Amino acid sequence: MSNNVNDWLNEHGDYLYRFALARLKDTHQAEDAVQETMLAAIKNNSFEGDSSIRTWLTGILKHKIIDMQRKLIREQPVSDIIDLDAVNESMDDFFDKTGHWLDKPQSFDMPDHALEQSQFLSVLDACMQKLPKKLKAIFMLRDVHEMENENICKELDITPTNAWVMLYRARMGLRKCLEMNWVKG
Amino acid sequence: MLTCKQASQLICQSLDHPLSWYELMQLRLHLMMCGACNRFRKQLNILLIGLCKIRTNIENDSAIQLPLDAKTRIVEKIKSDQHAQ
Repeated sequence: MSNNVNDWLNEHGDYLYRFALARLKDTHQAEDAVQETMLAAIKNNSFEGDSSIRTWLTGILKHKIIDMQRKLIREQPVSDIIDLDAVNESMDDFFDKTGHWLDKPQSFDMPDHALEQSQFLSVLDACMQKLPKKLKAIFMLRDVHEMENENICKELDITPTNAWVMLYRARMGLRKCLEMNWVKG
Repeated sequence: MLTCKQASQLICQSLDHPLSWYELMQLRLHLMMCGACNRFRKQLNILLIGLCKIRTNIENDSAIQLPLDAKTRIVEKIKSDQHAQ
């Protein structure tokens, strides 16, 4: 069996690691996710010939990543939950009492030029890291892992309304951050 | 007539589930007249495309490899688990 693992790691280890890193953004967590995937693959060798080994392993890895994300959210300290309440209260930051934009959204584009584009993407990445942890986690599950909303609610034990408010806040915050740090003039 | 606040919420919701016919009509009407909300909608799209690009850039970067020591550790871990059984 461990021969299998050697082969799998040699052929697919780098791919699985990058897949995990792109979603977890943390090298140690990404290594752990690959390890958990290998352990699960060995344990219930459910591979059936109708998909490639890589597809099969990636399927297991996806579950492991979501498990880890869920655990992270559950382990959030109370202070972060208070943080979220503060965020909810400031729902109206972006609009005046009559529902008009306080600061009208500005126009910006995804840069075509490679260097400029990579600068844009690193600003976006930095903005995402600045989101309150819980908002970031739900945002990651929805917009980065592309998990369905109803599944997120089930996983996180929150109501659809809560999930929607958190997602709305996260997206509003992100675009504002992009505006402030990217569209300077 | 929708306010910009309501329109922004519908735009955001439309990323997660299809809007009802009535919501869609209201939103279209608002977007025909409101440049700010049009820019907001475009911003959200760019944001999601950007996230997707960040992800695929990492996935396709062959310079990023599973570190050797991690590889060794994983193999050792599996060996020791199998011995324990």
